Amino acid sequence: MTAPFGPALAAGDATRVPRAGRPRKRSGARRAEVRTGLLMVSPAILGAIVFVIYPLMMLVWYSLQEWRPLAGGPVFTGLDNYVRLVNDPSLRESLTATAIFSVGLVTLNIALALVLAVLLNQKMRGTTVFRTIFFSPVVVSLVAWTLVWTFLLQNNGGINGFLSVIGIDGVNWLREPGWAMASVIVVQVFKGVGLNMILLLAALQEVPEELVEAGRLDGAGRIRIFRSITLPLISPTLLLVSIVTIIGSLQVFAQIRVMTDGGPANSTNVLANYLYQTAFEVKEFGYGSAVGVVLFALVLLLTLVQWTARKKWVHDEH
Amino acid sequence: MNSSQGKRFRQASIAITSAFAIAALAGCASTPAAPDAPTEPVDLTVTIWSANEAHLALFNEIADAYVEDHSDTVASITFETIPFDSYTSTLTTRIAGNDSPDLAWVLESSAPEFVESGALAPLTATLEGTKGYDFADLNESALSLWTTEDELYAYPFSTSPQIVLVNNDLYRTAGVPTPREQLDDGDWTWENVAESSAAISAATGTPGYQMYPVSWQYLAIVWDSFGAQPWSDDYTTCEFDSPEMVDAFQYIHDGVYADGAFPEPGSNYDFFTGQTAMIVTGISQASKLDGTFDWDALPLPAGPEGQANIIGQAGIGALSSGKNVQQATDFLAYFTNPENAAQLAQFFPAPRLSLTTDEKLAAVNPTLSEDQLQQIVVDTVTDASTFPTHPNFAAISNAVQPKLDAFWAADADVESVLASVCTAIDPLLQR
Repeated sequence: MTAPFGPALAAGDATRVPRAGRPRKRSGARRAEVRTGLLMVSPAILGAIVFVIYPLMMLVWYSLQEWRPLAGGPVFTGLDNYVRLVNDPSLRESLTATAIFSVGLVTLNIALALVLAVLLNQKMRGTTVFRTIFFSPVVVSLVAWTLVWTFLLQNNGGINGFLSVIGIDGVNWLREPGWAMASVIVVQVFKGVGLNMILLLAALQEVPEELVEAGRLDGAGRIRIFRSITLPLISPTLLLVSIVTIIGSLQVFAQIRVMTDGGPANSTNVLANYLYQTAFEVKEFGYGSAVGVVLFALVLLLTLVQWTARKKWVHDEH
Repeated sequence: MNSSQGKRFRQASIAITSAFAIAALAGCASTPAAPDAPTEPVDLTVTIWSANEAHLALFNEIADAYVEDHSDTVASITFETIPFDSYTSTLTTRIAGNDSPDLAWVLESSAPEFVESGALAPLTATLEGTKGYDFADLNESALSLWTTEDELYAYPFSTSPQIVLVNNDLYRTAGVPTPREQLDDGDWTWENVAESSAAISAATGTPGYQMYPVSWQYLAIVWDSFGAQPWSDDYTTCEFDSPEMVDAFQYIHDGVYADGAFPEPGSNYDFFTGQTAMIVTGISQASKLDGTFDWDALPLPAGPEGQANIIGQAGIGALSSGKNVQQATDFLAYFTNPENAAQLAQFFPAPRLSLTTDEKLAAVNPTLSEDQLQQIVVDTVTDASTFPTHPNFAAISNAVQPKLDAFWAADADVESVLASVCTAIDPLLQR
């Protein structure tokens, strides 16, 4: 795999090639080049400092304080919030809900996206229409999508209405713990699967036809070709898709807020919703920040694990 | 690591450490500064959750008149709408960010939290001292939620009795006496509400009454008349597991899962389009009735301990973290004086006794007759209680809801569910 900024670095390295008799000019050119480079990346760096690094540092700082804004300003309490977190049964419930949601969403989303991408990669009539149909939820407003599904999944909503027509007694989708979690996962899968499908479809279309043909000539079946040729070649895209989907699954908030608000019985109270409840409903900014630090650490850890493990399963990373 | 890399690493470390220190200092400095006494006319901001154009037009009309008369102290007054669902969290975040408005509407459920924490400035001296304010005209029971140690911290600009609206057509179709007939016969009870509701549901397929509320505290419309309350008056002892509360919840559970009187939670029915026969709501909702069906308005039904009235409230107070506390308090005294309270009463039932007469109420509630208003407002507001509140209400509510979710199941053991609520909230009641 080509390193990021490879060509740029190569160009930069070229300037370091010694040129006899012109040391002063070379040094000036190098400085100018560095200045230009810094100038060009400075908006991105500034944005990252102001909107990512600074808030992140403040999050850590607030997590070390007791801060109930109605009662007054923050008071430094060291690690008290973290000690409280360790003994907080609601956090354990929330971590469990987050794990179930993430595993369910990531598994279903990537599996379905891969199946759809393979099916829609066939040269058949109507594939464009199906691609559009599966991708369209991605461009729909998240809250609008969730609200519509909330109405459909009500006990007297459209889904149960349809089921009763065909003689099936539907369940109370958003009020029974197991079904509530299944419902929010499925609704979220349909919302996001189109994007992963398109990414995987693009990767599939980059698989060289001659490699597939060579495999076929060697007597490999369709499954063997897919497992030994196609899958390894699209594995970098699978890595990207899995990282983005896992991060997205850990950050899910609006869907849960609108559909179940963490209920019933905290069964869908994922970490981001628990953070909101703690910081903004109960108005404990310090404790809510500590929950935020846990969420950040979790995302960071899982991303690092995936990034480290990529060498084992991503083609070109061996 | 070579010496050049080491130098860069050290520089980066110093930069990151410095940035963290600056950030930390900024955090320390984010506590609200003490407001200075301004000498120039000030700009006042008021946060509200209504975006209704008619409401805003009236507020601005009152504010414009005040600015005209007090141009030496107030330059402008702006009403800022925050969506209801995120109102309190947004307001709190603004206070935390040192961007406090001068005045704010406060939800009833947040009242003790705002009052007890010192977030609101005291009002009594200013209101009593304002010429023509007639402080004694304020209904004492309406003020209790907003008062601590004889000091009023917010004015309950909306004091709305919970009333029952019924669809008589559905009662007649099902062949059961209308609620008015039940009331006249002395049979207007929760027990008969369940019976009528089951009969309507069986005869018409339309639920009689949907018991499941948007939030658990609204079940107070039932448990109050069973003589129950969620915690003691001094806020410290859980009473969810009291025999009276168990009876109230058993009544609701039987209605949903044994008698088929009330639909299960998770459904949504609209009374105003004829999807249910009865609704308990605030008086202002009566304006939605358009004559599509024959309707009536009644007080809450009686329970085993008699009839209990409940009012829903919203307050307005001056925030002590605001930069112009005195100017804000002075404007509040003007905004809620007898003349302006009479104007506001067309949208928000006023806490003033002089405005709580059937004639006055009929003038601003044209949908309801004077007799209805006498029965559902005049006769009820003076002895009404409010929905449950607590200085730690948000944390308690978040603990109650998941435990009560277990109640909404056919095989739920009501007594043990309510005991589990007490186990969950006991530590929070003490905090």
